[in-house]
Amino acid sequence: MASILAVDDSASMRQMVSFTLKGAGFDVVEAVDGVDALSKAKGQSFSLVITDVNMPNMDGISLIKELRGLPAFKFTPLLMLTTESGNDKKQQGKMAGATGWIVKPFNPDQLLATVKKVLG
Amino acid sequence: MSIDMAQFHQVFFEESFEGLDIMESGLLNMDPGTVDDEEINSIFRAAHSIKGGSGTFGFNDISRFTHIMETLLDEMRDGRRPVTPEAVDALLRSVDVLRDMLAATSDDGEVDEEKVQEQKSELEQILNGKPGEVATDVGAADAAAQPVGGVEVRPIGWHIVFRPLPHMLRTGNDPLRIIRELAELGDLKSEGDISALPALSSYEPEDSYLSWDLHLHGDVEKQAIDDIFDWVEDDCELIIMPLLPEGEPEVAMVSAAAVPAASEPEAPVVQAAPPPVERRSKEDRRSSKDRRTNNRRQSGGSSGGGSIRVEISKIDALINMVGELVITQSMLSMLGEDFEMDRLERLNDGLSQLERHTRELQESVMQVRMLPISFTFSRFPRLVHDLSSKLGKKIELKMAGENTEVDKTVIEKIGDPLVHLVRNSLDHGIEMPEERLAAGKPETGTINLSASHKGGNIVIEIRDDGQGLNRDKIEEKALEKGIIDEDHNLSDQQIYELIFAAGFSTADVVSDVSGRGVGMDVVRKNINELGGGIEIESDPGKGSAIIIRLPLTLAILDGQTVTVADETYIVPLVSIIESIQVKADQINRVAGKGETFKLRDEFLPILRLHELFGIENPNASSLEEGLLVVVEGDGRHCGLFVDDLLGQQQVVIKSLEANYQRVDGISGATILGDGSVALILDIPGRLRLAAETGADSAAKQTA
Repeated sequence: MASILAVDDSASMRQMVSFTLKGAGFDVVEAVDGVDALSKAKGQSFSLVITDVNMPNMDGISLIKELRGLPAFKFTPLLMLTTESGNDKKQQGKMAGATGWIVKPFNPDQLLATVKKVLG
Repeated sequence: MSIDMAQFHQVFFEESFEGLDIMESGLLNMDPGTVDDEEINSIFRAAHSIKGGSGTFGFNDISRFTHIMETLLDEMRDGRRPVTPEAVDALLRSVDVLRDMLAATSDDGEVDEEKVQEQKSELEQILNGKPGEVATDVGAADAAAQPVGGVEVRPIGWHIVFRPLPHMLRTGNDPLRIIRELAELGDLKSEGDISALPALSSYEPEDSYLSWDLHLHGDVEKQAIDDIFDWVEDDCELIIMPLLPEGEPEVAMVSAAAVPAASEPEAPVVQAAPPPVERRSKEDRRSSKDRRTNNRRQSGGSSGGGSIRVEISKIDALINMVGELVITQSMLSMLGEDFEMDRLERLNDGLSQLERHTRELQESVMQVRMLPISFTFSRFPRLVHDLSSKLGKKIELKMAGENTEVDKTVIEKIGDPLVHLVRNSLDHGIEMPEERLAAGKPETGTINLSASHKGGNIVIEIRDDGQGLNRDKIEEKALEKGIIDEDHNLSDQQIYELIFAAGFSTADVVSDVSGRGVGMDVVRKNINELGGGIEIESDPGKGSAIIIRLPLTLAILDGQTVTVADETYIVPLVSIIESIQVKADQINRVAGKGETFKLRDEFLPILRLHELFGIENPNASSLEEGLLVVVEGDGRHCGLFVDDLLGQQQVVIKSLEANYQRVDGISGATILGDGSVALILDIPGRLRLAAETGADSAAKQTA
């Protein structure tokens, strides 16, 4: 079963993402910020990482940069959750090595559709 | 798959209210002119989370409103906009509006649209320098979201040339995934192009060398194709051309050869594209986003019951207790399986254990209701900030004892009275800066707000260093209102207490700060309803204080259990200074006046608990045999003579008034782990009683 790392400092978003993905049969590990996510990513491999951008301690862009530098995450899809006004964030994310993005606000169906498309 | 988003609403609201608190205290801490990165970042993040969450959960009004705040904060954060006091105040007001909006949404209540619009235009005014123009609004952008594609004739399909740049795989994007997705849209014919493959010696296994010539047949919107390539548009060369029906010549056929070789990845291919071939533009991309935004589902607000935040340690205690209960239960059911009379004793043990655990569980659950008073206190920094600027006064608020735990009911009911009292201090107590300077006082006035457990009570004090109560003015007003007669014979203190009389206000001008004189009597009534009392102290020119005492009923207390004969008593830990064993030469007896002992050059009276409570056979009757617990209350000290100390524990206070009747010198009772009742001593009350009966008059002489 594919395991997914979901990173967001907002508990409600984290719950929503995690609940949706678990409901679709994925293993989900939650992390509250970039630092938390990075330490979890070092202990376990994931098929996909979904991260918020604005977070305390380490933001999503830095997390993506760090993850992409890890051999285990060289080709792993790394998605970021951005807002509609976040075009420069998307560019920064791409520069850091992000695979793509999911635009907030999104509903569970959109999330699942995106995840399924990435995981094939 | 359909997921009920309502299940996340409660968490979202709680998180958002927390976010608002973070924003509020952050804004209050912000010094105009300077930007503390950490501070403004956390404010920004809170706003950002609320915006993201409200959008996701379908609260679009909240999302739009927060968006404007976020934009403003973002500009401040980047240093593009100075942090002015006006902007901070506007943001603070917006926090209030947002809080109202969230509360209304969460409780299915009405949102004050007018207020929201007003606040919105204030923010926009700051943002744009002129009102009425929404910075960027989802709705506004909607109009621009015209269907794209300049082709008149509906294409029967699309011809796509897709050439990934070498680094595409390292972004986590898989060309095959993209081709698979295209295949889902219609009938896809694909032709791979391996011409770019290098010789094996120079082959980089992590680079992508392949490209594809794809023909997608079917009634497919160009937007759908654009969406598929959305993430990789900078990681590939891409040409999308419509396939037109028979008879309509395909406008242009761009062969793969026309596309620059993959070895020049940065070179764009625009020049190869004939007019009908659409390159994706920023506009396209944005419009696709907007469309998506509109798909947000509207979900009806659901309101959950109120929730309280409980310390993990309390929950752990509960879980522990449940664990104990389960063990006891399984022990009992084993006993019951084949029961014989010789096991009766074990059964009895088990049953009493069950009883005890049940009771402990019950008490632990009650502890969950105990909340730190900071829940109430936290609103005051903002209140003081707002009011002092409104009144043109300089005031510093100091708070102490925010962690004092009080019952949830107290938290709920004490809020409004406290607000009123603090407002009074601000409005009537603290003078204007010039007056203060003229009176030789520091320009900035101070209000101290504190809470503590003291002598069987929760004491909340509001103390200011203002002008104190004006005795003459109160008297005059009371006469005018007919509350007292000309020939009254009241002391200063009694005059002060007149402010608690109904319909009394001494403000020269009735301001919207301290209301219309409906206050203090209501304050006193509310506090009396909680079983408490309110006192007033005033020192003309130096300040005044309001002291609220609330009974500890339901409160938790750290207690020391002490024994006298078979009885157990609880001495509040806060009252205890130390416990000592006295030697005969430390003791002084004054004929008929009781006994004292000498502790580090001080003579302290001795109170024998067994005498106080009429216990016949204490284990220790002479002072050397037992222990003296040195206690303090209201500035008095004394040695309590007890048989022994047992241990320290947290006890839940049961009201004696509710279950029996009020007993002087005892603040309540508690039930111990073994099921017995222990009285909790009210040390200051006890000492006061002792002083009144003259038992410590000897001490007064010697001390």
